[in-house]
Amino acid sequence: MADPALTFTERGIYCPAGDFFIDPWRPVDRALITHGHADHARPGHRRYLATEGAAPVIRHRLGEIALDTIRYGEVRRIGSADVSFHPAGHIPGSAQIRVEVSGEVWVVSGDYKRVDDGLSEPFEPLRCHAFITECTFGLPVFRWPEEAEVRAELNAWWAANAAAGRASILGAYSLGKAQRLLRMLDPDIGPILTHGAVEATNEVLRAQGYDLPDTLHVTPDLKGKDHPGALVIAPPSALAQPWGRRFGAASTAFASGWMRLRGVRRRRAADRGFVVSDHVDWPDLMRTIRETDAEKIFVTHGYTDIFARHLTSEGWDAQVVPTEFGSDEDDSEALAEATS
Amino acid sequence: MKAFADLFTAVDQTTKTTAKTKALADYFKNADDADKLWTIALFSGRRPKRAVNTTQLREWAAERASLPLWLVEESYPIVGDLAETIALILPPAEQHSDEPLSFWINALRALHDVDIDTRKQRILDAWNRQDDTERFLFNKLITGGFRIGVSRKLMTRALAQATGQDEAVLAHRLMGGWKPETTSYHALIEAEDAAADQSRPYPFYLAYQLDDPPESLGDPKDWLAEWKWDGIRGQLLIRGSDHHVWSRGEELMTDRFPELARARDFLADGTVIDAEIVAWDAEAEQPMPFNTLQQRIGRKTVPKKLLKEAPVILLAYDLLEHAGRDMRDTPLQERRATLENLAENLPKDAPIRPSPRIAFDSWDSLASQRATARDFRAEGVMLKRLDSPYLSGRKKGDWWKWKLDPLTIDAVMIYAQQGHGRRANLFTDFTFAVWQGNDLVPFTKAYSGLTDEEFNRITHWVRRNTQQRFGPVRQVTPKHVFEIAFEGIHASPRHKSGVALRFPRMSRWRHDKQVQDANTLDDLKQLLDAYG
Repeated sequence: MADPALTFTERGIYCPAGDFFIDPWRPVDRALITHGHADHARPGHRRYLATEGAAPVIRHRLGEIALDTIRYGEVRRIGSADVSFHPAGHIPGSAQIRVEVSGEVWVVSGDYKRVDDGLSEPFEPLRCHAFITECTFGLPVFRWPEEAEVRAELNAWWAANAAAGRASILGAYSLGKAQRLLRMLDPDIGPILTHGAVEATNEVLRAQGYDLPDTLHVTPDLKGKDHPGALVIAPPSALAQPWGRRFGAASTAFASGWMRLRGVRRRRAADRGFVVSDHVDWPDLMRTIRETDAEKIFVTHGYTDIFARHLTSEGWDAQVVPTEFGSDEDDSEALAEATS
Repeated sequence: MKAFADLFTAVDQTTKTTAKTKALADYFKNADDADKLWTIALFSGRRPKRAVNTTQLREWAAERASLPLWLVEESYPIVGDLAETIALILPPAEQHSDEPLSFWINALRALHDVDIDTRKQRILDAWNRQDDTERFLFNKLITGGFRIGVSRKLMTRALAQATGQDEAVLAHRLMGGWKPETTSYHALIEAEDAAADQSRPYPFYLAYQLDDPPESLGDPKDWLAEWKWDGIRGQLLIRGSDHHVWSRGEELMTDRFPELARARDFLADGTVIDAEIVAWDAEAEQPMPFNTLQQRIGRKTVPKKLLKEAPVILLAYDLLEHAGRDMRDTPLQERRATLENLAENLPKDAPIRPSPRIAFDSWDSLASQRATARDFRAEGVMLKRLDSPYLSGRKKGDWWKWKLDPLTIDAVMIYAQQGHGRRANLFTDFTFAVWQGNDLVPFTKAYSGLTDEEFNRITHWVRRNTQQRFGPVRQVTPKHVFEIAFEGIHASPRHKSGVALRFPRMSRWRHDKQVQDANTLDDLKQLLDAYG
C-alpha cells in the first residue's frame, strides 16, 4: 500500500502530501477545521480553512484569524492532495473532511450524527479506504430515542412547569445543542429566554439565514417575574451559579446524550434529563462504518478501546488513535464553559 | 407495571424529599394491596427469591441484542448497574402490555417451578412486553439491591401520610423478619398488632456528626459520654426463651455470633439491648482491631479456631426493653441505670458488658480524653443527652458522634480509571503512591472526597497525561499530590506497601506541593506502628 494519506502526530492529524493538519491541537501553519467547537477549532494557527457555514461562528470565537472558506462538495487541491468538505450533521456548518492522495481516500469524520435535527446540513455518507471516526458514545447502551418522542417530553415538561408557575431552565451547550433545542420547542407555551453565551451564537446563526424562533436575551436588569412561564436556555455551568436565581421557583433540566445513563442524570442533580445528542449513537455508528466501506478504521475519542476491539472482532482493521478531542464542550460536563 | 414505573420516574426525576414522599404517598393511596405490599417489601430491602442468576441474564440479553457477551460485560461497569445495562442494550419491545407489579413478581416466583429453557423463554417474553423503564425495574427485581433513591425512612413516612398512621409505630411494625410471600398488606399495616413477632427488633436510633464545638451542646452535666466503638452496631433480643441478633441493616446475625447465645443464661426474657459487637481481647480488656472482627463478618458458620482467635462480645449502649416493657420513652438516665444494674450481676466471662461511661466535668476534659480514643481502639466519643428518649432513625439534637480527626498522608496519584454509574464519563478512581527512595510504591486507592469541579479538572488532565494504558487503567505522569485521609491502618502482607487503610479518601488536592514533597513509605510505617 502507498504511504498513508493521513498520519497522526503530536500536533494532530497530518497530511504529508498537502502539508496541512485537520483540527490540530497545537499551533500549525495550515489547519483544516471540521467545526467550531473549542476542541476542534483552536486559536493560534497561521491559516484556517473551514466551510462557509462554519466560518462565522469560528470567526466569532477566535477573532481576527486568516480564514479561508470552502463550499460543501467543492474539491480543492492542496499540495498533491485533493480535499473536500461534506456535511457531518453535528451542528450547522459542520463537516467531514475527505482527503484523496494518489487514489487513496481517507475521511475524517469530525463529530457527527445521523439524526436530521432540521438545522444542521444532514450527514452525507462517504465511501473511503480509511475512516477516522469519533466514538463518543461507542457503546451499545447508547441508542437515542426518536426525536418526536423527546420533543413531546420536553414540551410537556415546559408546559407543566408553566402551569405550576415555575420557570423551566434548560442546560445545553451554547453552540449547536441550544439552537437544536430552540427548534424543538413549542413557542405557544411561553416566552423563550437565553443566556448571553447562547444568544451570541443565535445572532451569528440568524445572520447566516438559519431559522430560529424568537428569543429574549437575559440581561442583568431582566426580572424573572416579568416573564411568567418562561423557558430559559443557558450553558450547563450557568445553572450552578447565582445567575439562575433571578427566575425564582424553577425546574432544571439538561439535554445531552449522557442523560441516557441514569447515574450521570442523577449526578447532575437536575430535575430532568433529556436524551438529546449531536453525536452518533451505537446503531448509527455501526451503520456509518459499514456505509463507508472502509477497511481501516481509526477511532479517536470516546470509548475507543472497547469500540476498536469490537470492530476488530467483526473483521475490520481498527486502531485507537490518541487525540486531544473529546473534552468536547457539549458532553464533558461543559468543562470549557466552566473554565473559560 | 406502568403505575410502578411512573412512581419510579417521578421519584427519580426529583432531588426533593418532599416531592418523592408525595409521589409515594399518592401511589400508596391508589395501588392495590398486592402491589402496595410488594412496594413496601422492595423499599425495605426484600425481594423475590432469585430464580435466574446474573450470568444467565447477561447471556440471554446479549443473545437477544445480537452482541458478543464481552461487550455487554464491558458496558456494565460504565453504566454501573447490570439491570440498567441490560434494559439499555435490548432492542425495543415488540408488544407492550401493562401488567401490575405483583403480576411480574409472581411471574418471577413461578420460574422456580420450571426448567431453565422455559425460564429463559419467559424472561425474553417479558422483556419483549416492557418499555425501557419497566425493563429496568423488572431486571432490578431479579438482580436485587433495589436502591433507587427511596430510603426506608422516606417510604415509611409516605405510608404514614397515605394511611394516617403514626410514622414511628409504622417503622416498628415494618422491622424484623416478615416476608411479603407469607403476609398480606392488611396483616402488615392495618390489622391489630397484638401478636407482634417475637423476633422483631426496634428501629435503631442513629447519631449525627458533631460539627460545631461541643460547647454548643450546653451544660456538660446534661450529657453522657462513651466511646464510639469501631465494630458492628447490633441489637440483642431475648424473648420467649430464644435470642436474636440483628444488625443495623436489619440483617439477622444470630448464627454468625454463636458465643452470644450464652447471654440467655444471664438475661431474663423480655430484654432488648442496643450494643456494639466487637472482637474482644479479654487480657487487654479492650476490643481487637476492626480488621480482626472483619474475619467474622460474612461467615455464616464459624470454625473453632476463629472463635478462639476472634471471640466477640457485646458492648451494651442502651436498654430498649426490660421485663417485656418497651423502655424507649423512658429517659436515657433511667435506661442506662437499669442496664448497668443488670450488668453488675454478670460474670466476668459473660459475652456482654456495658460500654463504659467517660467521666468528664468540662468540655475541655472530654476533648483531651477524646484525643486518646485510638488507645482504646475507639473512633471517638458519643454524646447522648441524659433526659432523652430512644428515638428511631437519624435525628438531630439528642445524640451526637464526635469522631477523631482522620489520619492523613500526602501521596502521589499514579493510576487513574473512569468511574461508573453516576460518574461514568469522569476519571474518579485513583491509585496513590508514596516514596521509597526514588520509587513510588502504590499503597491505596481512593474514589471520593473531590468536588465535581475537581473531578472535571483531573479528568481533563488525565486525558492529556496518560503514559500507558492497561485495559481501563491509565498510568499517568506523577505530578499531582493529594492528602489522603483514613480512619485506620493495619499491616497487610497482600499489599506491596505492606499496609492497608480503612476508609481512605481524598481530603485535599495539594496544589501547593510538588511530587517530591509527598510522604514516604517510612512515614506510613510509622503510622502503622503508632496506630496499627
